[in-house]
Amino acid sequence: MAQFLQLATSGLATGAIYALAAIGFTLLWQTSQTINFAQGEFVMLPAFLMLAGTRLLGLSIYASFALALVLSALLLGWVFKRVLVDRMLPHGYMPLVIATIGLSLFMKESVKVSFGPEALPFPSALPDGLLHWGSVVVSERDLAVLAISAIVVVALHVFLAHTLTGRAMQAVAQNSEAALVLGIPVARMVLYTFLINALLVTLAALLVTPVYLAKYSNGESLGLVAFIAAIVGGFNRVRGALVGGLLLGVVDNLSGAYFSSAYRQLGPLIVLIVIILFRPQGLLGQAEERTV
Amino acid sequence: MSAARAGLRKKRLLSLGALATLLAVAIVLPLGLKNYGVYLLALWAVYCMAALGLNLTLGYAGQISLAQAAFLGIGAYVTALLTKVGVSFWLTWPLGGLVCFVLGLLLGFPALRVQHHYLAFVTLAFNALVFLVLRNEEWLTGGVYGVENIHRPLVLGLSTKAPVPFYYLCLGLLLAVSAALWWLLRSPWGRAFQALRENPLRAASLGVGVRNYTLLAFAIGSGIGGLAGGLYAPLVEYIDHTPFELQTSLALLLIVVVGGAGYFGGPYFGAAVVMLLPEWLRVSQSYYLILYAVLVMVLMAVCPTGLLGMWEQAWRSRALRARSAAEVRAAPDPGGGP
Repeated sequence: MAQFLQLATSGLATGAIYALAAIGFTLLWQTSQTINFAQGEFVMLPAFLMLAGTRLLGLSIYASFALALVLSALLLGWVFKRVLVDRMLPHGYMPLVIATIGLSLFMKESVKVSFGPEALPFPSALPDGLLHWGSVVVSERDLAVLAISAIVVVALHVFLAHTLTGRAMQAVAQNSEAALVLGIPVARMVLYTFLINALLVTLAALLVTPVYLAKYSNGESLGLVAFIAAIVGGFNRVRGALVGGLLLGVVDNLSGAYFSSAYRQLGPLIVLIVIILFRPQGLLGQAEERTV
Repeated sequence: MSAARAGLRKKRLLSLGALATLLAVAIVLPLGLKNYGVYLLALWAVYCMAALGLNLTLGYAGQISLAQAAFLGIGAYVTALLTKVGVSFWLTWPLGGLVCFVLGLLLGFPALRVQHHYLAFVTLAFNALVFLVLRNEEWLTGGVYGVENIHRPLVLGLSTKAPVPFYYLCLGLLLAVSAALWWLLRSPWGRAFQALRENPLRAASLGVGVRNYTLLAFAIGSGIGGLAGGLYAPLVEYIDHTPFELQTSLALLLIVVVGGAGYFGGPYFGAAVVMLLPEWLRVSQSYYLILYAVLVMVLMAVCPTGLLGMWEQAWRSRALRARSAAEVRAAPDPGGGP
């Protein structure tokens, strides 16, 4: 039981990070029908931006995190939208899917050429101790990850549900033409979601990279899990991505421990298939008429 | 009207001429190449075949399948394992295709029952699942050690052990599969696939069972992927799980879209670009994949309908210009002369 609790807690912490990436993913989908196949690399790149900050500029991890937030918002938010998405969306979603596949390769290879193919140690911004509660041992890092993610998700929810800008963004997600008729600046709202996505992936990079180490190929598995989390939770719900991410983190951890480490990745896939067969709109999603 | 028909005939003649030229190039080219070049050409033929199958799924039925690499792998392992125990390639090759066809039916049936874009997600999971099974089930697939010493088949008693004869085998089978697919799409029954591509709603209103045809397109596309795998195994002579990961499925998707999804000839050009371009870019050493990725993005920005889509657009605008020029000439002079 103690082991189960420990695995569940660390699973929740990993899941919270998956959820950050998955929420960004669903936001892009909702407002602009962008399926971002480079979402995993979007988490990988800020890690190297931060690494460049600490190593080349000699900044602290906090200062380079701040710098990485700005750079990500610029590169992964504004430039990504302007250069790729705006240009291709009028031609349907398929060219954009291919372009984001190209983008993921581009980001991976660029990082590999500039930082080398080895996994690099990454400074942790969080406490590293262990807490003992009876026989249950929980790492402070996991708790901090959970707390930070919870704060960010709650803040995002408050922003989306209780501010004028947030509600305008939701209106765009539900029906962008009607939103335009109502005088909502649709293009700017879409840009905001890209910026929010950029901030979320940078935070995910800060939290996840100390564990996985900074490696150019980190995005491959992360992107896949974020993708699955978004589907499991419900593509058209921010809350869904949160639940999906947490669930996958726990399932991943438990199936690795109790089932078989060789088939560890199978856990999330089985969840995915069961969800698609029995609740295709996702756990919290609403069935929608719109097709991809 | 006759001008339009003449234009169409001209276009068809041009296509036929281009086809004959390309075929001649494909036959003569390996004679002037070293072993590695011939190997790449054979690889092109294999990926081209797999992409032909995916083009049926994506281009005609409009469904994204991310499992083509898994079917490639299943076909490869069927041929590799069975030829090891002495079964003839000419039995295992179609068998691999059949296995993939049946798996495609089993996989597509529940996925297409729900909403159409879920096929992409189900196939993504399926590809990851197949990858894990190939890696972990050592008793069957050899696990991470793979299967080695896969023999190349005999054709009419002649060995295809050398690179060039094996390439000709690949090319021959590619042509056979292409011809079969061409016939399928031209048959009254296969025209439903084209109706599906042009306008699924109208196809449904004309009594085409959209779901059944979509499922069939996916299953046939998967089966062709299996056939490609059956050639891949003897081509590389040693297989393990690594070539059949999700990235390969994405590369095959890239081939279809770059060539032009829904154009019959798309995969041939797409495979040439996706397989051979990185090799040519190798002169730029470690930057070649970066360059390649940039080229893919630029291509999608410049011609989102793929290479053949771009060609057709250019052709159309030329025909349009010629027609309007003819109309201007035929129209009575409004000025009435000097």
